[in-house]
Amino acid sequence: MTVRIQTEDFDAAAEVARLRGRRTDIGAIVTFTGICRDNDDGRALAALTLETYADMAVAEIERIVEEAKRRWPLHDALVIHRYGLMRPGDDIVLVVTASAHREAAFRAAAFLMDYLKTRAPFWKSEETSAGERSWVTAKDSDDAAAARW
Amino acid sequence: MTVKLKYFAWVRERIGTPEEEIVLPPDVVTVADLIQHLKTRGEEYVYAFENDGIVRAAVDQRHAAAGADVRAAREVAFFPPMTGG
Repeated sequence: MTVRIQTEDFDAAAEVARLRGRRTDIGAIVTFTGICRDNDDGRALAALTLETYADMAVAEIERIVEEAKRRWPLHDALVIHRYGLMRPGDDIVLVVTASAHREAAFRAAAFLMDYLKTRAPFWKSEETSAGERSWVTAKDSDDAAAARW
Repeated sequence: MTVKLKYFAWVRERIGTPEEEIVLPPDVVTVADLIQHLKTRGEEYVYAFENDGIVRAAVDQRHAAAGADVRAAREVAFFPPMTGG
């Protein structure tokens, strides 16, 4: 398991290659990349700033990954979550799950994202093209997505 | 018994500081008690905690419910619902 929080960008392909290494028992790898959009429900966005509770974030994400490993037969998993200033097109989060078969890898990746959204200590504030800054409000749909597991 | 308090996102902005240390009064047992105590410290705290049940807490860097015990805590954090991912 690899969990990192960082301000700098990540290279998804390099991370997958590193996780895979020389292993030949992995039959399925699912990669999810969350990206900063240029709009939020039609409002043009200039930037997104992610604040984190750094002392808690890695341990909390590790707990979420441990929970995923209890539920599905994962060979390995990786989560990288960025914080700081993001511009439209920038990567925000990377989730990689590796398993013998696709079902576990797909489901574990979806579970990890749903849980990260509602439990990992990060908060987004958005800045519109007009220069207005506001905190992003947590979505009920995210809570519902996490509750289905 | 002193405890470090940390605030994040709009909770931090409303209170006006990212962290502080306070002496925990003997009648503060739970997270909910601590919130009630903080609300006696000034308007900024009343503002931050104005809607009961919105602000989340972590005790020693783990998510904690309103009834969680804070008497032995070293660090309690308060923050809005998370919006990462």
